[in-house]
Amino acid sequence: MDVVLWGVLPYLTLALLIGGTIWRYRFDKFGWTTRSSQLYESRLLRIGSPLFHVGILFVVVGHVGGLIVPESLTDALGISENLYHFNALFFGSIAGFCTLAGIAILIYRRRRTGPVFMATTKNDKLMYVILVAAIVLGLWTTVVSIGAGHAAHNYRESVSPWFRSIFWLHPDVESMAAAPIQFHIHTLVGMVLFAIWPFTRLVHAFTAPLHYLFRPYIVYRSRDEVAGSAATRASRPGWAPVGTADRDHQPREGR
Amino acid sequence: MRVMAQMGMVMNLDKCIGCHTCSVTCKQAWTNRAGTEYVWFNNVETRPGQGYPRRYEDQEKWRGGWVRTRRGRLTLRGGNRFRKLLTIFASPVQPELEDYYEPWTYDYKALIEAPLGDDFPVARPKSLITGEDTKITWSANWDDDLGGASEMGHLDPIVEAVNAARGEANEKIRFEFEKTFMFYLPRICEHCLNPSCMASCPSGAIYKRAEDGIVLVDQDRCRGWRQCITGCPYKKIYFNHKSGKAEKCTFCYPRIEVGIPTVCSETCVGRLRYLGLFLYDVDKVTAAASVEDEKDLYEAQLDLLLDPNDPAVIRAAKEQGIPDDWLDAARRSPVYALAKVYKVALPLHPEYRTMPMVWYVPPLSPIVDLLAKQGHDAEDRDTLFGAIDALRIPVDYLAELFTAGDTEVVTRVLQRLAAMRAYMRDVTLDREPDAGIPASVGLTEESMRAMYRLMAIAKYEERYVIPTVSALDHQQKAHELEELACSLDYDEGPGMYGSAAFGEASGRPAPVAVETFQALRQRQTSGAETSSSSLRGRVNLLNWDGNGSPEGLFPEAHGGDE
Ligand code: HEM
Ligand code: SF4
Ligand code: SF4
Repeated sequence: MDVVLWGVLPYLTLALLIGGTIWRYRFDKFGWTTRSSQLYESRLLRIGSPLFHVGILFVVVGHVGGLIVPESLTDALGISENLYHFNALFFGSIAGFCTLAGIAILIYRRRRTGPVFMATTKNDKLMYVILVAAIVLGLWTTVVSIGAGHAAHNYRESVSPWFRSIFWLHPDVESMAAAPIQFHIHTLVGMVLFAIWPFTRLVHAFTAPLHYLFRPYIVYRSRDEVAGSAATRASRPGWAPVGTADRDHQPREGR
Repeated sequence: MRVMAQMGMVMNLDKCIGCHTCSVTCKQAWTNRAGTEYVWFNNVETRPGQGYPRRYEDQEKWRGGWVRTRRGRLTLRGGNRFRKLLTIFASPVQPELEDYYEPWTYDYKALIEAPLGDDFPVARPKSLITGEDTKITWSANWDDDLGGASEMGHLDPIVEAVNAARGEANEKIRFEFEKTFMFYLPRICEHCLNPSCMASCPSGAIYKRAEDGIVLVDQDRCRGWRQCITGCPYKKIYFNHKSGKAEKCTFCYPRIEVGIPTVCSETCVGRLRYLGLFLYDVDKVTAAASVEDEKDLYEAQLDLLLDPNDPAVIRAAKEQGIPDDWLDAARRSPVYALAKVYKVALPLHPEYRTMPMVWYVPPLSPIVDLLAKQGHDAEDRDTLFGAIDALRIPVDYLAELFTAGDTEVVTRVLQRLAAMRAYMRDVTLDREPDAGIPASVGLTEESMRAMYRLMAIAKYEERYVIPTVSALDHQQKAHELEELACSLDYDEGPGMYGSAAFGEASGRPAPVAVETFQALRQRQTSGAETSSSSLRGRVNLLNWDGNGSPEGLFPEAHGGDE
């Protein structure tokens, strides 16, 4: 059982994540978008979206730090386990609660603003369920750790080695199996999230536009270069007829 | 000097009757789709009026275009790159649907399916956004023909600017325009030389075509960060709320490529649109857009346009690979003539510093109409000149639109138009024409007659001088057959007319120019009704010539699941 969960599933997840992303990039560039809903509503979005995004980006940084940087390195730098732990829990819970508050506002907005709700696909709903579950479970591990004080489980001796071992193609199943239940569930939901990631609107995060800082303002392109990706297309997504009676039959991207 | 070619347009506002044919045909061709219901690549606004979207010209609020920093550099009014990225999660300023309008349809079924009864059935308006009943409160041209101007005229940002310039309080100016001054302003994307939409796009999905300067959004690279909507001061980038991608006027590039005019131009009832080439010096664009005084921007923009008869320009253009056909078209270009030779066409809002390439001949007719109504001789040079001087408000208003408030330029243009009227009246009435009239506005008799021919007679071939891309391909020394192979040389090749591995929506699309090129050829050579086979059972309205009702024009009736 442990081998399936911590030895096989991670690779399935990775395969879906990488393969799915390549597939989507290859065949559905047109669907690769944030599908912004700011046109419909922006008052709540202006609070919720930055709160959520800034929170989640800090959470990502925290995860990268906690999972990838080995304990031996922080030890060598003279950062004690206590100090590290305190920092991780302190900043982690702030970022986590920002994220949760942000996504709560976003979901409230999605449900309550008519046009935004209309534009919410089944795919979005599934994604939200799993995303919220991952965030809540993550916060749960943090809360449990805070509650336990010094006796808290040190995931940097169980989860982190396992996480790194995945990439050495030699999964350290025992370490992971030794972690408490809340870490197990959070990790499992996380894996599900990454497995569906390429097939949801979350792909937008993979194309975060950092190159904007370095490119020239004005872009010239030759006609010939663009032949492969004409700017408009007939009988392709984006050319659905206008109407209301049939709107439920019109496929939206990802519905 | 690095010479580039730019397709440009000039609209002669005197001739616009505000019929909206251009908007409707454009919509039929391009934005008759779910997600773009509120999108008008071409819209016609009544001036004075708020425009579409409402008050888009108020850049204090919408923060579009460029501003010049104290150090003389250009930066986006919406903020620099860092700021843009930091605020990307929710755009700080972006028009909402309210600022456009909530698109609607009517519940026509209620008319057809109502049971027999005493009451007339009513087709209620239904929102195209929510599908619910809705109340219609605004649209893309709600204030058409000054509708509501007495209550809302002061909301026009240009009226505000005129008032501010004259130091008058807002309530105080009686809405003089209402009786004396009204004209229509058709607007498309300006296909700017220094587009701020492009500069705002984090993905770099918006690009300017090196061959003809048309500005397009690469739908495969757009990620819906929606910064371009704020970036464009003309608000001519729209967000397709269904696909989550930005869309804009394409200058009908599939038509332009094969030498036919844009849909809006072709169908214009007033025949007031001109299409042709400009040659310009790319290396100087940024400097021209950065001149200190806003009022110098018009001149700076004119200076960018190169004389296609100048041997040095021709040599430089050839070095850049611009073919002879194109240079020839540039020499015959009506837009160059109106903008630079006769200097009667002006750019819309040069103060946004985007170097717009759709130019306007400001309207003289409101002044003529007024004179005629008051019983004056509206064809007389002196009367007209006197009126141009006396009617300050129209001139101020036009100056706020076209010259960043410089009334001298507008006055000069209106005087030229007035002089042409006065001079040509003598010619048509077989009287001895007064050579002093052209001279008084700095033209010779011949050039005045040539200008008259271009502006008043406005033959089809003189209005539209559009070089084709096949000339470009020839230039690349491509054999006729190779050329075809070349233009079909995209990822999967012509095989794409079939379905790709993952069904219709997968794989790469056929470039639309290839599609329309084939279809056009088929139509021209076969005489049969437009075939829809190449479009998988649908009709491309861009090619349909109104001949019969080709298969696929209407959707097939569906089976029971509806
Ligand atoms: C790293 C760079 C990222 C950028 C620049 C970015 C940007 C955006 C933007 C512009 C929107 C559209 C908001 C709107 O106008 O409606 C959006 C929506 C969203 N993003 Fe991100 N995002 C990033 C990363 C992420 C990550 C890592 C996640 C989740 C794990 C995420 C989850 C979401 C969700 C759930 C929405 C939908 C919000 C809603 O409308 O309900 N994003 N993002
Ligand atoms: S007018 Fe057109 S080219 Fe100019 S900034 Fe706006 S969208 Fe871009
Ligand atoms: S079709 Fe021509 S005349 Fe009619 S509104 Fe459009 S630009 Fe004006």
